[in-house]
Amino acid sequence: MNIVCTFCGSVCDDGIYEEGKVKRLCKLGSSKFSIENKQRLKAPLVDGKEVSYEEAIEKAAEILVNAKRPLLYGWASTANEAIRLGVILAEKLGGIYDQCASVCHAPGVLAVIEEGLPGGTLGSIKNRAETIVFWGANPMEAHPRHGVRYSISAKGILVKDRKHRKVIVVDVRKTKTAKVADMFVQINPGSDFAIFTALRSILNGNENAVPSEVGGVKKEQLIELANILKNTKYGAILYGLGVSQSRGRDRNVEAAIKLVQLLNRFTRWVIWPMRGHYNVVGAGEIPAWEAGYQYAIDFSRGYPRFFPNEFSAVEVLKRGDCDAALVVASDPAAHFPAAAVKHLKKIPVIQIDPYINMTSLLAKIIIPSAIYGLEAEGSAYRMDGVVLRLKKVVDSPYWTDEDILELLLKRVEELKR
Amino acid sequence: MLYIKNGIVVDPKNKIKAEKMDIFIKDGKIVEEKDVKKSECKVIDASGKLVVAGGVELHSHIAGSKINTGRVMRPEEMRYVRLVAGKFRACVGRILMNAPAIGYEYAKMGYTTAVEPAVPPIGSPHTHEELDSIPMLDKLALPVFGNWHLVLKFVAEKNIEKLKAFIAWALERTKGFGVKVVNPGGVEAWMYGGNMKSLDDKVPGFGVTPREIILSLVEANEKLKLPHSVHLHCNNLGIPGNYTTTVESIKLASKFSNDKRQVLHITHVQFNAYAGDSWRNVASGAAEIAKAVNSENVTIDMGQAIFGPATAMTGDAPFQFTLHKLLGARWSNKDSEVESGAGIVPIAYLPSNPVHTVQWAIGLELGLLCDSNKVVIATDYPNGGPFTEYAYVIAMLMSKKMRENELKRVHQYAQKATVLPTIETERTLEEVINMTRSLPAKILGLENKGHLGIGADADVAIYDMNPLEVDTSSEFEKVYKVFKTALYTIKGGEIIVKDKELVKEVWGRTFWIDATKKVDPSLIKQDLEDYFKYYTVEIENYGVDEAWMRNPQRIKVV
Amino acid sequence: MIEVELVTGRTLEQGATVEEKLTENYFYAVNYIELNEEDFASLKLKDGDRVKVKTKFGEVVVFAKKGDLPKGVAFMPLGPYANIVIDPNTAGTGMPKFKGVRAKIEKTEERVLSIRELLEVI
Repeated sequence: MNIVCTFCGSVCDDGIYEEGKVKRLCKLGSSKFSIENKQRLKAPLVDGKEVSYEEAIEKAAEILVNAKRPLLYGWASTANEAIRLGVILAEKLGGIYDQCASVCHAPGVLAVIEEGLPGGTLGSIKNRAETIVFWGANPMEAHPRHGVRYSISAKGILVKDRKHRKVIVVDVRKTKTAKVADMFVQINPGSDFAIFTALRSILNGNENAVPSEVGGVKKEQLIELANILKNTKYGAILYGLGVSQSRGRDRNVEAAIKLVQLLNRFTRWVIWPMRGHYNVVGAGEIPAWEAGYQYAIDFSRGYPRFFPNEFSAVEVLKRGDCDAALVVASDPAAHFPAAAVKHLKKIPVIQIDPYINMTSLLAKIIIPSAIYGLEAEGSAYRMDGVVLRLKKVVDSPYWTDEDILELLLKRVEELKR
Repeated sequence: MLYIKNGIVVDPKNKIKAEKMDIFIKDGKIVEEKDVKKSECKVIDASGKLVVAGGVELHSHIAGSKINTGRVMRPEEMRYVRLVAGKFRACVGRILMNAPAIGYEYAKMGYTTAVEPAVPPIGSPHTHEELDSIPMLDKLALPVFGNWHLVLKFVAEKNIEKLKAFIAWALERTKGFGVKVVNPGGVEAWMYGGNMKSLDDKVPGFGVTPREIILSLVEANEKLKLPHSVHLHCNNLGIPGNYTTTVESIKLASKFSNDKRQVLHITHVQFNAYAGDSWRNVASGAAEIAKAVNSENVTIDMGQAIFGPATAMTGDAPFQFTLHKLLGARWSNKDSEVESGAGIVPIAYLPSNPVHTVQWAIGLELGLLCDSNKVVIATDYPNGGPFTEYAYVIAMLMSKKMRENELKRVHQYAQKATVLPTIETERTLEEVINMTRSLPAKILGLENKGHLGIGADADVAIYDMNPLEVDTSSEFEKVYKVFKTALYTIKGGEIIVKDKELVKEVWGRTFWIDATKKVDPSLIKQDLEDYFKYYTVEIENYGVDEAWMRNPQRIKVV
Repeated sequence: MIEVELVTGRTLEQGATVEEKLTENYFYAVNYIELNEEDFASLKLKDGDRVKVKTKFGEVVVFAKKGDLPKGVAFMPLGPYANIVIDPNTAGTGMPKFKGVRAKIEKTEERVLSIRELLEVI
């Protein structure tokens, strides 16, 4: 039976599921579908006591309705149908919707606001890209089949295979991806902006303005790199968190986009972020059409407002500016800085997740849910915005996120009346 | 059951010119008086009010990756608050809007059906998810074909049978309604930084020309007898001098005949109607185009530019890059597999800008010089501006005086570069109702839309105007105000707007065309298998199933 | 004691165990720091030794490993241990600085806290 993998942003849709075993998927994907060693609750818990789904949802609705400003966070590892309900729920509650990208690729969104995003789907890269630059990205570990399916050694209609494609890695450390690349450019941490800018200077003919070394890279190597970029028929810069999470953040991405704008005056280049969770793109696309923005959205005035400095989950928590939290398909206790987790420990937290995780340790209500792609059907956005249908291949006693949120939204609407 | 009493009905399809009539509605359809029990009907007193069919939007980018990327790229657009959450969803957006706002605003304007006219085929699941989040409207989506590698291959092989099978397959998979073609061949050329400069340029890698692509797709479309014709965004969009390409493209229609409808629909023609050879001497080519439109079996929509902010978003990726360079503005691009491309660039049309003024004038010229049974009112939302200003376009088409007033406040370059100041035509009410209702429905082949005859869908708009008493030529301010917001909008028999306010949220259907029974799918089985090796999704995971959609409505072509 | 530039990031192990956070597998996937070979030697470390990682924002004890890194750069897998020491300031973006924070590393005899213990001390 065909399955669509719900681990990383590659959303490989060629998996095979046979009698509890998966084939073709990578280590990450295989781990996703090996559920026997994962800790899951038998039933929802309220204050550590097992209750029915209806009871847990009722209690959750009460907490959310009584909160002045609940934070609804997570959404990157659930289906589109659930995300849409989550955005509407945040609107009804006058709460805050934020999603995992806010601690991941969201600075890239700020760069898109400044410059746009000249990109392409993975299929355009697979079939057309002669040169691929992984910049601050390490797909061999974070997206293990990306290289085979879409980039490094993918077999395209116009670019036949690995032999016809040049792979360049720019990173601060010699990653596994760097080890399979044709060219590795090692840079000093936090120097991405300077290097993007130096490349633009060289391409603009202002080579003389570039010092003999930029961010740990010799000028000769920068010139060599600029020439490769310029002389490629079609290339792709695929950037990772090395660009958006280090010094400069959104400004790094902005500089990268400006480089691509410039390159398109000579030849064809696209740029795209290597998105992490399988549906983190959906967690941004859906609020964009439902509420106008991708993340850090506050509904306390009855209409959506976007301001990451104030409404992103980390800022809200650091400031102690929410009095309840609904966490869906995410683990902020493990992935937020300690300064933010502190407040999460103080407020009632409702968690909806297939698995027990660190957030479960501080949650008041835990509602276990079915695993999309295995136990539940729904849609998800691959990292390039291509939507794929996640399959249900086994039955489970768990409600889906969509079922849970549908009832939760209904109860919230009723209690609000 | 609904009883709309004593309204003044204008229904061009049924040849009703401002007659006092009653309309009866049952089970979402217009029915005869004898089919309802009047005592059980909810009555709307429409005495002295204009009663027409719900508006049909023929070309508006309302859903999918383009508008959604536009929203993300332009938060400054979204900061405009339209409605605070309550009984209805929160609505935001100046020109670009969130999905609920799009549905509500169309409804408030008296529109009940809309076409999303550029779906990247692999992006069709996204488009449909987003369409499913737009309330109030019935919807249709047109996938793009003109740069799809398999289309180029079948055109090169001159294999119309395969092309037919492929169109049927693609419409079924994308839940599409018809064949959209955007800059045929030009988007594929853009993948190498190029474009198509004429109908006879050769597409790299395939050796076919835009002319061959258009002719082959029209031939296949006509042989399949699809309800809608090929919907063409011409080559050379947005380039001074492009009107000749447009005229040439229109003339391709002469090779085909169809007595039910046009054989080719040319879209947002304003952007393809420029004379001159640079932006310095750009002028209107609308008169030449109108001549061609009036003599061939084609229809067009205006692509009217509205002064103020807009966002250019098209499947014409090379044009968007040109615009980015021209304006120095933000630029998004999306090369889609080996199927299509797209781009987005923010823009604003300024009355002080000579070029923008020419663009503004050309749209109106097209609306006035083409037969009223050939040109549909549209702004190519959000390319030409908001759809919420259709009332402005209607009022301008109906009043020479209003045009004179407007011409005074815009850049005077329009006086010499366009013929708008010399046009005497004033559209009648019947004509503008046709241009916004009956005609777009006819162009789409939607028999139950755009009119109020028995059996039609009960989509009705009531406007606060007695057509027998208004002088539309001099009372243009009133005309504008009237068409800006409907007094009532009825969708599928339900009152959704009353006294110009939203009263009920409803969810429409999504129409799609199933032509699979008209073709032999085995013809392209091998091609699809070969081709899908190069896709990044498995063939079984490509496209949209009806079960995932909110309310799909299959229309079988026989 | 040495000073390094600390970066965090994904690893295959961290990814493969991310849905079993309270297990030993995850514990071992995220509770270490990789140091350049010279840096490792200068602290007189051997595999399995613990180090204390100190930044302006906190301190945490983790296991030390040799990694293929430039001298003066250290790497920790993203997760709860790294999150004690990374820079929580977002510079208006909403995103903390997960990569690139000055850290002091010293050998320690203190033990590595379990994930539950770690949450308690936050």
